Amino acid sequence: MLERIEAIRDEARTAVAAAGDAAAVEEVRVRYLGRKAELTTILRGIGELPPEQRGPVGKTGNQVRRELEALVEEAAARYERTELDARLATEAIDVTLPGTPPVVPGHLHPLTRTRREIEDVFVGLGYRVMEGPEIEHDYYNFTALNYPPGHPARMLQDTFYVDPGSLGADPLVLGSDGEPLAVPPGPRDVLLRTHTSPMQIRGMEDQEPPIFIVVPGRVYRRDSDATHTPMFDQVEGLAVGEDITLADLHGTLLTFARAVFGPDRDVRIRPHFFPFTEPSVEVDVSCFRCGGTGRFENGRCSLCKGTGWLEILGAGMVDPNVFGFVREHGYDPDRVQGFAFGMGIERIAMLKHGVPDLRMFFDNDVRMLEQFR
Amino acid sequence: MKVPISWLGAYCDPGLPPDRLAERLSMTGTEVERVGTAGAPSPDGFVVGRVLAAEQHPDADRLRVCTVDAGEGGERTIVCGAPNVAAGQTVAVALPGARLGDGTKLRKAKLRGVESAGMILSETEMEIGDDADGIAVLETDAAPGTALSEVLPIAETVLDLEITPNRPDCLGVYGIAREVHAITGAELGPEPWAEDAEATGSGDVADLASVTVEVPDLCPRFTARAFTDVKIGPSPLWLKARLAAAGQRPINNVVDITNYVMLLTGQPLHAFDLDRVPGGAIIVRAASEGETMTTLDDVERVLDSESVVVCDRDGPSGIAGIMGGQVSEVSAETTRVLLEVACWNGTNILRTSNLLGLRSEASTRFEKQLHPELTMRAQRVASKLMVELCGARLVPGTIDVDNTPPPMRPFDLSYHPGRSDRLLGMEVDPDRAAEYLGRLGFHVHGSAPQEAIAVTVPADRHFDVTREIDLVEEVARVHGLDEHLPATLPGRGGAVGGLARHQVLLRRVEDLVRDAGLDEAITWSFVDPARGGFPGLGEIDPVVVHNPLSEDQSVMRTDLIGGLLAACAHNLARGAERVAVFESGRVYLPQRPPGDGGPLGGRFAGSHPPPVAEPHRIAAALIGELTGHRWRGSGGPADFYDAKGLIELIAAALGLELSFEAGSRPFLHPGRAATVLAAGEPIGWVGELHPEVLARIDARAGAAFELGVEPLVAAATTGDERYEDVTTHPAVAEDIAVVADAGVGAERIRETILEAGGALLARAEVFDVYEGEQVPEGKRSLALRLDFRAPDRTLTDAEVAEVRAGIVAALGGIGADLRG
Repeated sequence: MLERIEAIRDEARTAVAAAGDAAAVEEVRVRYLGRKAELTTILRGIGELPPEQRGPVGKTGNQVRRELEALVEEAAARYERTELDARLATEAIDVTLPGTPPVVPGHLHPLTRTRREIEDVFVGLGYRVMEGPEIEHDYYNFTALNYPPGHPARMLQDTFYVDPGSLGADPLVLGSDGEPLAVPPGPRDVLLRTHTSPMQIRGMEDQEPPIFIVVPGRVYRRDSDATHTPMFDQVEGLAVGEDITLADLHGTLLTFARAVFGPDRDVRIRPHFFPFTEPSVEVDVSCFRCGGTGRFENGRCSLCKGTGWLEILGAGMVDPNVFGFVREHGYDPDRVQGFAFGMGIERIAMLKHGVPDLRMFFDNDVRMLEQFR
Repeated sequence: MKVPISWLGAYCDPGLPPDRLAERLSMTGTEVERVGTAGAPSPDGFVVGRVLAAEQHPDADRLRVCTVDAGEGGERTIVCGAPNVAAGQTVAVALPGARLGDGTKLRKAKLRGVESAGMILSETEMEIGDDADGIAVLETDAAPGTALSEVLPIAETVLDLEITPNRPDCLGVYGIAREVHAITGAELGPEPWAEDAEATGSGDVADLASVTVEVPDLCPRFTARAFTDVKIGPSPLWLKARLAAAGQRPINNVVDITNYVMLLTGQPLHAFDLDRVPGGAIIVRAASEGETMTTLDDVERVLDSESVVVCDRDGPSGIAGIMGGQVSEVSAETTRVLLEVACWNGTNILRTSNLLGLRSEASTRFEKQLHPELTMRAQRVASKLMVELCGARLVPGTIDVDNTPPPMRPFDLSYHPGRSDRLLGMEVDPDRAAEYLGRLGFHVHGSAPQEAIAVTVPADRHFDVTREIDLVEEVARVHGLDEHLPATLPGRGGAVGGLARHQVLLRRVEDLVRDAGLDEAITWSFVDPARGGFPGLGEIDPVVVHNPLSEDQSVMRTDLIGGLLAACAHNLARGAERVAVFESGRVYLPQRPPGDGGPLGGRFAGSHPPPVAEPHRIAAALIGELTGHRWRGSGGPADFYDAKGLIELIAAALGLELSFEAGSRPFLHPGRAATVLAAGEPIGWVGELHPEVLARIDARAGAAFELGVEPLVAAATTGDERYEDVTTHPAVAEDIAVVADAGVGAERIRETILEAGGALLARAEVFDVYEGEQVPEGKRSLALRLDFRAPDRTLTDAEVAEVRAGIVAALGGIGADLRG
């Protein structure tokens, strides 16, 4: 009997080795390890053997069975793997075809991107972001910003005014003293704001010093040519406390310029004139294309026109007369001081992204929009 | 303001190259637009020459062959076409190699067989005058060969300055010279009005002329002087050259003097032919409404009652401060001149200039408000020139109607160095500050600076420098902000920055819509009254722009969809196959702004609300396939459910419930449109576009929506979430199919189920819709997934069955059955 078991083992070993695929291995398993296999029969009939044979036959038989089981299992696994590999090989695809994302994301307008970037820089510097009305009282747009009556900016050719008959029933409109008009409004009382600066006044009316705000928004001027659109976007900034200086304005705008245009930028401050700041300045950032040299090996820098500087905004120390209009809100001109600035978002976006024509921002041509993520 | 460098240098020469001077000016507040040139690009090759002989050209009637001593190199032959060339003249010669103003380089050339080694120049060729008929004869003792630039500004560098409106004093060369003196410390020449002309005429000006000012408020000062024996003729070359370089065309000596003095002092002047002013009587009065007069430029002007005119007895002879008239214009026959130098009310001049659409060198100065004292300065400078250049005799006396009001009288200011330093964040030595102010023309009282420096403000700066802060600015800019201003950051004083909740949520919504595949558009706030002709949009009354640039942009938008449809049309017309755009922005409604809600609703900070309501909205237009063509096929053109899906995406991100009620608008498909509601209040609409709208923008299918953002943000729960335990006792899910009339809305069925399910039914969502063979005609089957859950126990089958039975009963009540 023991010899027979060993013979089965040898036979089965040979058969496993000869089995060429998973099906053959399965056949071998059925033949040598199945319910009707000889070894199975021997082991099943072990109780009928003489007692002295039972031990050795059982031991050897089970040993062989385990060995064969392992052999078959190993062979089966090998062939399964091979066959899976073969099947997978037939399933190869062209991985260079485009993917199919659940959606193809669209694009934020470059002006929105730029506006948010500016907002975020100032939020990081501790400013709040505020919004203000675009259709505004003359009082906030001009009077309270120290524009004298008859100032050129108030002329019909520069400022859009609103037809008072189109304001709706019983509109509330302010007079030149900042109090609601008792008479029906006239053709110069309501306008499309010409800058975001009216929010300096509204912001200070709303909050006592210290105040640190930026105000993005649309503004309107009666200009339309290659470098002007009648609607454009500004960001106003206002910082007022008891000891905020022109040097602080310098440092703030230097920080801003470096955040937006790169860490190597410098800013330059030139005296200028605005009715609502004194001293007033214009601010240039060193050109990021030529590095502020104004020149390349093959000629002058076309971005800064060879000057090395790009004008980016107007600013200044809030004029005491402006504080005079919000005195009762905690802005005593003798006690508080601070700075304000205003920049054009289009200008910054054009500089940053090389957009050649302002008007492109309002064409909404998707071929342009899709260049900005 | 064009400032020829040599003219400037006559009063202040800092010895800097023009580029350096320009930079210094720019950095101290006088912006230099460009450094240009007048005349030749370089003075090289231009010399003084003497004509030794001028003989007829043998082969050309009109040419002369001249022998010219041009210094080095001895005599040379120059062929000249000018009729006035003659031996003995001192002339301007361009030698071969010289570059003329138009850029051409002069070469030796043969003219009809005679070689010409240079060119004798006319005024026009030198670009210093307008006499092109003959060569310019120089009045100079300079030796032949002397560089021409020593005699005439042949190659003049010109600074083109942009003068800010507060500095009319810099609209004169001497004002710029004082500025250069202040910022460089270079010596400033004496004031050109320091000396007056000697009155050698006879009688008194009062015998010849009279001035009546009927509007003293609008004419603070009117001065007049009379000149006899005036000889009208061309101005000398040096004066023509200065005028030409400054951009003024020379006319005749009298007119040139008025222009020259204006360019020098900043104070405009006007010369009358006294013999053409009847009785010499000048009246300054308000025009009558509709009164007309013809100005020097030969245009008839219609005036109104706020305009001021300078009249003689027969009527207006000039519009005050803006332009003279033709009636008493100085001409070649003029022998007696009345010189007017007046001061006008700047606001009034600006107003009238705008009314007439007429701006002049004079009006741009007067409109900035000049000081009355400047009038006599100009009289003095002009008088000297009238005597020197026109051979005129100044009649003794000056008519001076002086209505200078008290606010225009001189005043003092104090400068406190400590205050200045605290404002600037920069220390300026008090001695330096006093020095700067002195250089700028302020009269500094006392010698050693004390705690405060007291100054008297000069007339030139009377309206610009009125407070200590204005002195601080002067000191700061002259000291040099670029060099000295530190860069520091402000103390925070406890202020906290950050985006407000509505700003965070708005960004979230915009980003979400962007990520869902839409491009953001920014469209005009002003639109045409017909709103592009899209049906229904024009039904809302707009805020009207009083003075639009064009009819197309004459009312404020009342919706966003109009602009988006225009953007779609723009792109479709340019070959786009799909357009999916959105806008996040305001509309403008002619009504009082809301009393509460945040900025997105149009309630802004400030003591007073704005004049109208400006709610923020978000809108989208979807034309064609939302995802674009894909190689595996796409979902078809965007429809109602795509647009609604975007809204649901927004609602999900903000954590709020919206509902939709069937309801259309004129520009939407009547059966595929809905009103969107938040908390039962309408906040916008969604729908497929009406075929008429689609045809207008040349599209076949499309959907859109427009929502108010403030109600969305007000109802948003994002950020306020509370944890709920849904894992300890998991939900039991069950699907049901409900068959009902096709007309019964899905939401009605869902609500019926939710109501009947009560507290134990956590969720019910439609996941399939079937119409066809399996359900009777006119009916529809909806499949819903129901999640049953209790917070405190896992539900048993029996409990679920009981709730389910209640749901079935409730559905029966609205005519709906369970299927199968």
